Amino acid sequence: MHLVQQILFIILAAAAIYIFAKKVREMRRNILLGRDEDLNDNKGQRWKNMILLALGQKKMFKRPVPAILHLFVYAGFVIINAEILEIFLDGTLGMHRLFAPMLGGLYAFLIGFFEILAALVLIGCAIFLVRRNVLKVKRLNMKELNGWPREDANLILITEIILMALFLTMNTADQSLQKLGAEHYTPTCPFWITSNFTGMFAGLSAGTLVAIERSCWWLHIIGVFAFLNYLPYSKHFHILLAFPNAYYSKLMPQGEVKNMPEIQNEVLYMMEPDKAPPAPAEPAEHKNFGAKDVTDLSWKNLLDAYSCTECGRCTSVCPANLTGKKLSPRKIMMDTRDRLEEVGKNINANKEFKPDGKQLINDYITVEELRACTTCQACVEECPVMIDPLSIIMQLRRSLVMDDSNAPQEWNLMFGNIENNMAPWKFSPDDRDAWVNG
Amino acid sequence: MMIKNMSEYAASGEMPEVLFWVGCAGSFDQRAQKITRAFTQILDKVGIKFAILGKEEMCTGDPARRAGNEFLFQMMAYNNIHTLNGYGIKKVVTICPHCFNIFKNEYPALGGNYEVMHHTTFLQQLINDGRVKLKDGGAFKGKKITYHDSCYLGRGNNIYEAPREVLQAFDTELIEMKRCRSNGMCCGAGGAQMFKEEEAGATRINFDRAEQALETGATIIAANCPFCTTMLTDGVKNKEKEDTVKVMDIAEMVAMSM
Repeated sequence: MHLVQQILFIILAAAAIYIFAKKVREMRRNILLGRDEDLNDNKGQRWKNMILLALGQKKMFKRPVPAILHLFVYAGFVIINAEILEIFLDGTLGMHRLFAPMLGGLYAFLIGFFEILAALVLIGCAIFLVRRNVLKVKRLNMKELNGWPREDANLILITEIILMALFLTMNTADQSLQKLGAEHYTPTCPFWITSNFTGMFAGLSAGTLVAIERSCWWLHIIGVFAFLNYLPYSKHFHILLAFPNAYYSKLMPQGEVKNMPEIQNEVLYMMEPDKAPPAPAEPAEHKNFGAKDVTDLSWKNLLDAYSCTECGRCTSVCPANLTGKKLSPRKIMMDTRDRLEEVGKNINANKEFKPDGKQLINDYITVEELRACTTCQACVEECPVMIDPLSIIMQLRRSLVMDDSNAPQEWNLMFGNIENNMAPWKFSPDDRDAWVNG
Repeated sequence: MMIKNMSEYAASGEMPEVLFWVGCAGSFDQRAQKITRAFTQILDKVGIKFAILGKEEMCTGDPARRAGNEFLFQMMAYNNIHTLNGYGIKKVVTICPHCFNIFKNEYPALGGNYEVMHHTTFLQQLINDGRVKLKDGGAFKGKKITYHDSCYLGRGNNIYEAPREVLQAFDTELIEMKRCRSNGMCCGAGGAQMFKEEEAGATRINFDRAEQALETGATIIAANCPFCTTMLTDGVKNKEKEDTVKVMDIAEMVAMSM
């Protein structure tokens, strides 16, 4: 019997890890469809950002209530996963609570600590469900979340509640079995929480208790494997990508827009042909100015899209969104991810990307949304995992204006004025210093 | 007051202490011209040897770049950097946070390296050094003031305290809006929005922001950007509060109190 369970466990674990790794490789491939960008400078600052922002969740604490609840769930999730190591070894080796004899009193302390975290995760997730579905916190109930994103969020919370409930029930049954002196159930010191609940199972036979304990053990680990494979399809993938995303985040001042050396050189070539770098021997294939589709964006923009957990802090501070415009920085990130996934599926099906007549601009993000942005960087400032929606907006705007000559009439007038009068308004350049006499 | 052009300095073989970059709004917009004059009055009183570029100054290209017209931005940048480097300019002060951001962050990659200061930081240093002395019981003593962080001075470049320190020197009561510092809300002009109609929505951004400022009960809304000044003034007018609440640039407030 033990051997069957062991073999089953090993097959299950191997399959779960294989499928997960395959999907992660696919996501990595998708991210690398983006334009190349070297972000390996200043490693010290990058590590610091990762530790403070991803591990330390520094920006989350601007909003203390969700920050504390999130910290419970996050700490619980990360630390209880240490217990997965034991579960994994137990399952593979056909043992039970392998570490208990080795760690002695420390073992009960650790499990007790995990139990408290599990209870906090449970409470945290329950409050999050209430915030989403009963209190209807505004940023968690906007129309871009209709359908799958809303279900995704609830599914994550419910799954975590179930996993924690299974973990706690398993320990309660284990404690009851220890009291009965059942075979295999190594006696430990009482676990902090579940030792108080053994009354729940009073009067049950050892056989029933073993069945409960084993069922919980299996359901819990199956749940964990299933959840692992759910992550890549969900907003919840941020628990992993928050780390690289914080590491590779923009280090320059937030106000700075990335230079476009190709256009700088073109202007230089026009003004001082002798100083411009020589044109490449073979003309490069035409690249868009700015971005029309996800493959024109930088790989970091695409990593941003996969890192987004759709919390909507960006949108909740966006002046355009707050005054009823269509722009929502969160939607920019969700659209980018949706389009990237679509391109990825296309590649899976056709070996290489087969043009599908669609692109990020127009088919996902409308011109009206892009034109509403004031470049105020509030969204960039707000994102706890250092996503930069403004970078995508800017690149899409460049494509609209430079590739498609698609600008509102007033902007075309402004461009004309700058070009001819050296000011965005129609004033004579000769009057630029007229204020001196005013 | 005599305001000298850079070309005049160059002709006499002199260098000014600092180049005052006026910017398009400061040069042409009637409301913003008042800020420009106020700032030059301060420089003049303190006895700082400054120059302007006069007719040689051009738009930095900021609205073009942020609207997506990188080509036009690069043209403007090329010309401005050419002019500034030709004069050997080292130090620049400007009354516009958009120009400031371009000089500080975006011209260096194009060969334009200058020490640039926003006028509020410049004024704070003059006050700290005792070069600007504010009258006791000046025009703003005891008045309630709120301060609007512009995006490109605040979030864009992390300058939150210098302008506040200047305001505190007035012996006034500074009341913060709910959204201030890194959480400050845009006036609605950035990203070249100043030059087009807002997209369709429930209200205008400047109306909302002005309302937030009015909620503090302040009678003066202090700003650091000619575009914010215009936007907030319109927002205050929309609430018909223009008789009791004034939107002023910090330079104007300093000039009035010297």
